[in-house]
Formats: sequence, structure tokens, C-alpha cells
Amino acid sequence: MDTFLQNVVNALQWGSFYALIALGYSMVYGVLMLFNFAHGDIFMVGSYIGFFIATGLIGLSTLGIISLPGWVILILTILIAMILTSFVGMLVERIGYRPLRNAPRASAAITGLMIGIIFETANLYLLGASRRKFPEIIDTSIFQIGNVSLTNTKIFIVIISLLFMLALNQFIQHTKWGMAIRAMAYDFTVVPLMGVPVNTIAALTFGLGSALAAAAGVFYGMAYPVLDPYMGIEYGWKSFVAAILGGRGSVIGTVIAGFLMGFLDIFVATYFPSTMRNLISFSIILVILTFRPHGFFGRAYSAQLRL
Amino acid sequence: MERKSKYLVISILMICAILLGACGPAAPQTIKIGVNAPITGDIPKVGEGTKFAAEMWAEDINAAGGLEIGGKKYQVELIIEDNESKAESAVAANTKMITQDEVLIIIGPQASKQAVPAGQVANDNKTPMISPWSTNPNTTLNRPWVFRACFLDDFQGPAVANFVTEEFGFTKAAVLYDIASDYPKGLAEFFKKAWEGLHGAGSVVAYESFTTKDTDFSAQLTKIRDSGAEFLFTPQYYNEVALIAQQAHQLGFTGPIVGSDSWGSAELIPLCGEDCYGAFFTTHYAAAGATGATKAFIDAYNAKHGYIPDDVAALTWDAFNLAKKAMEDCGKITGDIAADRACVKDALSKVTGFEGITGTMTFTPGSGDPSKCAVIVKISDKGEFTFYKQSCP
Repeated sequence: MDTFLQNVVNALQWGSFYALIALGYSMVYGVLMLFNFAHGDIFMVGSYIGFFIATGLIGLSTLGIISLPGWVILILTILIAMILTSFVGMLVERIGYRPLRNAPRASAAITGLMIGIIFETANLYLLGASRRKFPEIIDTSIFQIGNVSLTNTKIFIVIISLLFMLALNQFIQHTKWGMAIRAMAYDFTVVPLMGVPVNTIAALTFGLGSALAAAAGVFYGMAYPVLDPYMGIEYGWKSFVAAILGGRGSVIGTVIAGFLMGFLDIFVATYFPSTMRNLISFSIILVILTFRPHGFFGRAYSAQLRL
Repeated sequence: MERKSKYLVISILMICAILLGACGPAAPQTIKIGVNAPITGDIPKVGEGTKFAAEMWAEDINAAGGLEIGGKKYQVELIIEDNESKAESAVAANTKMITQDEVLIIIGPQASKQAVPAGQVANDNKTPMISPWSTNPNTTLNRPWVFRACFLDDFQGPAVANFVTEEFGFTKAAVLYDIASDYPKGLAEFFKKAWEGLHGAGSVVAYESFTTKDTDFSAQLTKIRDSGAEFLFTPQYYNEVALIAQQAHQLGFTGPIVGSDSWGSAELIPLCGEDCYGAFFTTHYAAAGATGATKAFIDAYNAKHGYIPDDVAALTWDAFNLAKKAMEDCGKITGDIAADRACVKDALSKVTGFEGITGTMTFTPGSGDPSKCAVIVKISDKGEFTFYKQSCP
């Protein structure tokens, strides 16, 4: 039982990353009907930006130039990384996707792949092949409840991730901008004719998605403090699957699917050899999609897939 | 022209005769030793360590009047060839040194990628070769002329098992390894076999794997924690070790964490930090806390080149001294290069109890792999790799 509960805790943390990254995929997919395959690498960029901010702020604190407690540095790191990475996301949209909005969809798809590779190799070129250690912003403390180990970072990551997801859901459901995003997801052709600015909405979704990816990147750095330029690839792909599984444009569905991915990863490795992790979890997802081809909360739609 | 050179030869021979009494071409006054090293290419630091150690050794020998073999002193001449860290260049370098330079013995190449093909050339041409650093079994497999100065991967597993048993008296082990990578997988299997040999079947209470590029080990580590294992053996590379050690501690695993020579990178501590303090790993040699001849070598190298030599330099130094021991045991240098090479090879395969700076080595006839002790390094509370003890086969 302890093992089970411990793994629930592990999976909650692990699933938070998938859910946060998947939301970026899902929103862009909902609005523009295309997949931003560079999204996993935006997560990587966010993590590195967080690394530089955290290292810089901690360095300044140690030098005595500014005097900030750890939790302030943490909040600043998360916020600044989210803001800067959302600009990176909007830049990707502006440079990579907007000129191709009416190009064949395959061109837009490979644009994402290419931008992703550009991010990875630019990082490799600028920062070298050696791994970076994400600094320990707040001291980790470990709590034992029965035989279940919790750390303050784990609790923080899960709670703040859920708060971000909730905030996004509120934004999408209860603001005018959110309504525009939902309307675009409903009908890509007609809604712009009603005066909804496509370019602004597109930039907004890229910005929001990238900000969440940056949050995931910083959290990832706190939990797994070894960064490398290719860290975004596998998370990117699995989150992409989660986005599809959740249902196009559905925040709640995507969050559930992200956590499901996390639980599958952890529990397959618990009860089966770890080599079967992807085999079993993707087989389960395949079965789910067979019965729910539009994902958990996706609705059937007639618009042409812009892939 | 021809006449002139004839005179030249005669006069040189005469000078020779006057200076040394007897100087037939059959008895050379210098011994040529070939060095096959990656001076350029991917791993220039390895080549530099090889070259520096080789030159230091030759200078020491020559300053002392030369190598004494059978009561006669011979000067040592090094032929250093760059293999550019490429297999084909290593083969070419060996061929050149064997056929043109007529070296008595070759030291190198270091990495298995070059040592495996270059060893074939040495073996085919009946020239003894010692690779200081190559741990791949194929380097010496079925090659009576090829030797190495380091232990093999299949030795580290038992070395760890013996060390933990003696040091802590533990009986329950956990292993976490990358199933998709040859080195950790092989080492994990060797360790499991050795541990079960010591403590019986079922004594490896958790044998958990992951695949390359995984970063979350919480499921496996939770199983390990709840399995009652007293320590964790993880033969991984430094970037994974950093994540494993941290996650193990966060999940409340308190036993020691033990690793293998893949831990021995200067990058380990910057990535792992305090989570690795107090951990142990097996390796070839430890610079911090060294004593005796090892310390003398480190100090001399540091004084000359301004940094602490790594395991490559230390193993190269040992390879040269192994060659020296074999030549001395041989008893005489006839000048017939084929006979001398055979003599050195036979002597090498009979070396027993050789005291190297990386440990005591013994060769069994028919195998080019030394039986030698592994060094157990403890990571200190300052993050230094300090010598803890030796673990012997």
C-alpha cells in the first residue's frame, strides 16, 4: 500500500509536466488546427531561461547586490521565465507559422520540426554539450507520512501546476479572449469573418502555451536538475499524445490525459520491466482512441485538419 | 658519392669501436618504444596525458643512465605516433612503428575503438602491445601479443560485491541500471552474479532497469526503497547518477550508493552536489589521498605540467613500467628484433605481483588481462574523490 501511495505521489509530479506541456499543444491545435511540433523544445528553452534567471538571481544574492529570500527568487524565476518564453513562442508563431498560414499544411508541420531542431542545435552550439545543473533555489526538505516520502518541491510543483491549469481554464471559459479562442476552435473559417483577429488570437495561444511550457521547464529543473539540449523531445512527443487524447481544445480533457500519461509511465515501470513502459502505455492509449477517436472531451468536427 | 658514404660508415664504425669497445649492429644501444596516442581528434586530453606520462618515464630512465637489461644499459627512444582518435590511423601508426621504426614494444592505443583494430596489427606482426586504458574484452581476446594495464568490466562487478560485503556486511542489494546501454547492463549482470554467489539466490532484492534518456526513476526507486535493500549499486554515467542519487534521497532511501568507473568524471560533483557525498565507486586510481609511488608520480606530473594526472596518465605510466619489467625479465637484447619481441611478450605474460601505481598486477599465461585490484573511491564531504581502499579479485 505504501508503495502504491508513493507511486501516486510520484505520478502526480510526473504527470504535471505532461499536462502543462500538453495544454500548449492543445490550444494551438484548437485554434489553428495545426500542431506546433516545436513545443517540446519551447519547454526546453523555458527550462534554460529559468536556469539562467535562477543562477543569476542566486549569484546576485550571494554577492550581496540584492537580498532576496529563496521563495522570492523562485517566484521571480517562474514569472520571468514564463514571460520571456511566451515571447519566444510568439516569435515562433510570427516567424515560423504566420507566413505559412495559407501554405500547404505539411509545410507548417515541418516548420515546427525544423524550429525545434534549430532550438536544440543552437543551444548545443551556444552552451556546449555538457549538462547544466539547475540550481537549488529553495532548500529541499523531506517529509515522511507513514512510509510515503514527500518533498516541499514535489508538493509545490503539483499544487502550482494545478493552479496554473485552473487559471487557464478560468481564462478560457470566462473572459472575452477565452471566448474568442473557443470560438476559433469551433469554426476556424467563419469566426474570423465575424471580426475576431486571427493573428492576435494565434499569438495569444502561442504565448499562453509557451508560458505554461516555461513553468513546466522550471518545475522540471527543480525536480530533475540536469538539463540537456534534447530534453524536450520525449516530453514533447508524449505531451502531444496527451493533447490528442484529451480532446481538441479541451483544457480539462488535456489535463486529465496528461496526468494519465504520468500515471501510466510510473505504474507500468512499477509492475512491469521498465523496457515495457512505452509499449504498454501507448497500447492502452491506442485502445482508448479506438473507442473515443476524438479523445476524452473532444467533439466531432468537420473542419479540415490543417496538418 | 658512394665512396664518400663508404668512408663515412667505416669512420662511424671506427668511432663506435673506439668509444664502446664492441659495437656490432647485432646489439643496439637504444631500445625503441612506440607510443600510439590520440594527440589530436576527439579526445586530445587523453593523448596529452599519454604523451606527458611517456616522456616523463623516458626522461627518468635516460637520466638514470638507461634501462639495465642483463647487466647492460640501454637508452630509451620513444616513437610517438598520433592516431587522431581514429581506428584506421591507429592501425597505420602501429604498422609504421612495427615495420619502419622497428620498435620493440608498443604502448597504446588508449580507447577501445582504436585499441581493438590496432591490437590486430600488433598481434599479426608478432609485436607486443600494451593498451593502458582499453576495457573492452576484444582488445586482448585470442591475441597472445596484446596486453592491457587496466581491469576489465567483468571484474568491477565482483569488486563492488566484495567491497560492500567486507565493508558493511550487507546481505541485501539493489541494482538500478540502464538496460539499453552495454556497459551498465554488463556491469549490472556481473554484479548480480557475484553478489548472489556471495549471499545466495534472491539476495539481490531489487534489480531495476530504465532506458537511456529517462530522467524519472521514482517508480524504480520506490520499489528499491520498499524492497529492504541495504544499498544501491548503479553503474551509470555521471549525468544519470546525479538524478538517481537525488531522487533516491528524496524518496527516503538512506543506504549507501555505490557505482563504477563511469562515475569518475570531473562533471559528477557539479551536477550531483551533496547527494553524491559519501557515495563510493570503483575505479582505476584515485589522485586525492594517494601515497607512495602513486603520490610521487602525481607530484612529479603536477610539478611539470601543472595539473593532477587522470587515470589515463597513471595507467600509461604503469604500462611503461610493465614493459620495463618484461624487458628486464627477458635478460638480454640480442638485436634480432623478432626474437627480442617474442622474449618480451613471453616475459610479459609471466609478470606476477607487479607493483604499479594503479595497483598490483599479475598476468596469467595465455591472457593479456591483468588480475589487479580496483580502487574504491569515496566521495568526501567536500566532493573530492578520495582513496578509500582497494578491492582485489
